[in-house]
Amino acid sequence: MRQSGRDNGSTVGPHPPPEGAPALSVDNLRAYYLTHYFGVEREVRAVDDISLVVRRNEIYGLAGESSCGKTTFLKTVAAAVRPPLSVIGGSVQYAFLDRDLYALNPAKLSAIRWRRLSYITQGSMNVLNPVRRVRESFIDFAYRHMGLKRRPFFAAVNEHLQRLHLAASVLDAYPHELSGGMKQRVTIALATICRPEFIIADEPTTALDVIVQKDVLAMIREAQQQIGSSMLFVTHDMTVHANIADRLGIMYAGRLVEEAPTADIFANPKHPYTAHLVASLPRIGEQSRKESLSGAPPNLANPPSGCRFHPRCPLAMEVCREASPALTTLAPGRRVACYAASPLVKPSPTAERVAGATHRAERVGLVQ
Amino acid sequence: MLRILKDLFRYNREFSLGAILILLVVAISLASFLSPYPSGMQYVVPFDAPPSWDHPFGTNSRGQDVFWQLTFAIRNSLLFGTAVALLSRLIAIVVGLTSGYVGGMVDSVLMSINDTFVVFPPFPILVLVYFIFKDHMSWALLAVAMACLGWAYDARLIRSMALSLRTREFTTQSLFSGMSTGQILAEEHLPYVLPIVFATTMNNINWSIGLEVTLSVIGFTNIDTPTIGTMIYWANQHTALVAGVWWWIAFPVGLVIITFVGLYLLSVSMNEYIDPRSRLSGMGGAA
Amino acid sequence: MAAYALYVLRRSGQFVLVVFVGINIAFFVTHATPIDPITAAIAAATRFSQADPQAVQLTREALRELYGLQGNLWQQYVVFWMRVARADFGPSLSAFPTPVSTLIWRALPWTFGLLSVATLISWGLGNLLGGLAGYYRRNVPLKLVGVVASGLQPIPNYVMAFIVLVLFGYVWPILPITGSSQINLPQGWTLAYFQSVFQHALLPVLSLVLVGTGAWFIGMRALVSNIVTEDYVAYAELGGVDRWRILISYVMRNALLTQVTGLALSLGLIFNGAVITEVVFGYPGLGNLLIRAVYAGDYSLVIGIASTSIIAVAFAALVIDLVLPLLDPRVRVA
Repeated sequence: MRQSGRDNGSTVGPHPPPEGAPALSVDNLRAYYLTHYFGVEREVRAVDDISLVVRRNEIYGLAGESSCGKTTFLKTVAAAVRPPLSVIGGSVQYAFLDRDLYALNPAKLSAIRWRRLSYITQGSMNVLNPVRRVRESFIDFAYRHMGLKRRPFFAAVNEHLQRLHLAASVLDAYPHELSGGMKQRVTIALATICRPEFIIADEPTTALDVIVQKDVLAMIREAQQQIGSSMLFVTHDMTVHANIADRLGIMYAGRLVEEAPTADIFANPKHPYTAHLVASLPRIGEQSRKESLSGAPPNLANPPSGCRFHPRCPLAMEVCREASPALTTLAPGRRVACYAASPLVKPSPTAERVAGATHRAERVGLVQ
Repeated sequence: MLRILKDLFRYNREFSLGAILILLVVAISLASFLSPYPSGMQYVVPFDAPPSWDHPFGTNSRGQDVFWQLTFAIRNSLLFGTAVALLSRLIAIVVGLTSGYVGGMVDSVLMSINDTFVVFPPFPILVLVYFIFKDHMSWALLAVAMACLGWAYDARLIRSMALSLRTREFTTQSLFSGMSTGQILAEEHLPYVLPIVFATTMNNINWSIGLEVTLSVIGFTNIDTPTIGTMIYWANQHTALVAGVWWWIAFPVGLVIITFVGLYLLSVSMNEYIDPRSRLSGMGGAA
Repeated sequence: MAAYALYVLRRSGQFVLVVFVGINIAFFVTHATPIDPITAAIAAATRFSQADPQAVQLTREALRELYGLQGNLWQQYVVFWMRVARADFGPSLSAFPTPVSTLIWRALPWTFGLLSVATLISWGLGNLLGGLAGYYRRNVPLKLVGVVASGLQPIPNYVMAFIVLVLFGYVWPILPITGSSQINLPQGWTLAYFQSVFQHALLPVLSLVLVGTGAWFIGMRALVSNIVTEDYVAYAELGGVDRWRILISYVMRNALLTQVTGLALSLGLIFNGAVITEVVFGYPGLGNLLIRAVYAGDYSLVIGIASTSIIAVAFAALVIDLVLPLLDPRVRVA
């Protein structure tokens, strides 16, 4: 069952950012967890005013430590919001849609799922129904979108599996009969069978060992290139990003703090947090000790004032404590939110607006 | 603990309703100490009087005041249920914690026995016990017999908790610091298990009162001890319903239902408090 | 397949253990207690008349042999097991000389019928409604069903049967409240007989279903609201998989495995409920037979019924457990 014979040479690894049209535009997106337990109201700002663009045919990597809001961000752009999470404001525009994602009715939303927008998820160990064969999962997810009769449908599935170097016999297996790596490959095949325009990948390699991880990454890259889709790829693992992402966004405490082509991020990080992430990567022949970041990630229910990174920042200044820095374009394709990075960075106007917000347009429960 | 109860009472509708019902039942049972008539005494009031100002729940064909009789009956039923629950909790905790913590052979053997007791139909066995003991049948004997039949389901629950506790770090740490198995179980694990034990206690009290009512109504317990069950037994003996003395039946049945529902609500809300997952889903999951 | 064979073996071993422990309990309750059933029986027989001491002695011997109480405890134990193994508990005293086994065989189908029909209905209905209620948490009618179920579920079978009896027997007498069919109707494959059996079964089944459905409903609703948070359900929702397909093949299908195990585990309690309901409605099953045997002081019949109940329930649980792996591809042999 082991698939081999894939060439890892030219197809894998970052390539220059394509100057394509946007496939996904996110503007000022805010999504909070609003909870109400035993009389105590809490508000966790997991996604706080994020704007970014994913271009056609590119892999956009999103990095940051655990609980920085990466997965929540993915949920909001996948319209997988359910209580206690709710979208407070902002817009999510896909190129294949004529309107905002959150303006779709459930039927429309259901029609684009998998056909145009698919998802490779975190913890792929448990995303396949344990009592259904893989074949049935393919039917459940893809059959209605392909517009084919049974026989040609399975011919197409077989062909797709073959392209991804998977044996057709996996179709008759139950999930528990497959190894972790195999399951992950099956979900990648499942997510790409309909040739969707946009794929969201949430830590697809985190649970795998390093060898399998490399193969799976190559497979994702290969599938993405075969069908020419755009991808939003989230992981906390910077080495994975170095191998797969065209451009990188760095998240800290619910905010985007830096964005640049992958190579630039690694070569010349502007934000001190990015610099720390890059510096913590092991390099061959390196002797020096790694500097660890002092302090803990902030509590998103009660974030620090000003720049959320300032309590842990080696470069913190007076202004950092008072006003949140806006994500500012320093050069084409290069944005950063840090006063120390450039004098061009000014306090964010939206931060004040958010703090003063009393009424909210809540949009809840958009999983149909 | 008190704060938790207060929070539960304020914000959990099931808990507050259950607590009010049970407080009412307990109050009625405590009223037995104020009863103007001793519990077993017959022919102290007029026969078959319908509910009135003097006798709020009426009187029965044995010349007893139904309300005061009921206060004794519910007191005995509650005490009985509590006794069975405490005894069977004891067995369940010992078996569950030992099985889960020690594991291996001990676990297999204990769980085999456990599963055996889970499938036993308690009623025929209790009837058998009554059949042999007949007039020697006492309150305490029945309680012990029921406790021996009522522990298994919850022992399994406690075992699965203990299994997960065993892999936690603090267990390893206490082991390294030289605590004995018994000490670890009693001092480290018991506090984690107690909330769930508390929730199951409510269910077990329900179960044992229900079974006691059933056995008493057929006359298979000591029918001279007033309980809810024996009250209905005597009412049936005097064909109260046919004779139109409905209050003799209706009030005990109503009160026991209030007890069941109250205890059940308490157990449900406890479970909800313990298991945050169901709390979350209670806030509204899909659709 | 080897895994399944191992599972069958283990599960059968568990069955043997249940029967072994159960029969031992029955034996020790009846033999190892200081109370002598023979003295009790003779006391009951001679309560109203002076008996010849010699006749009493003869009766004592005869009963001793009949009950298998000759010899020491160990010999009695062996005799007891042989009787269980041959399903021969001797003649019934109250229906002398009909053998106990004949009486039990006559009553068993009624209990089995009542229990299986009521269980199928309440299990099916409770799981269906509970599954829907767990999935559509905001649906108001289903919430109301939940409230009703929470009210009905904790009521013990006896009390429920009693309430149903009072409601349909005295308050609104539309259905027969006792027996299994009209008394003067000949048994046979006639429409009239079946109609009568059906009518007589309605109230006992109703009272069992009212309690049982509530319990399954609540269990299923809790299970489903946990399964909804599983990765594979969230993923299927992200994939835009058909709503009903998710509900049936993803949510309910996975919850059912637990509910089938639950059915096997609660058979003892379900049996209890059926037996008690029989007593209330005078239904001619094991429960009624047991109560009559106790009233009549029929020693062999009581032991026979208790032993049969234990074996029957254990066997039914075994059958369900053996079917379970066929529903679950993971064949949980653990």
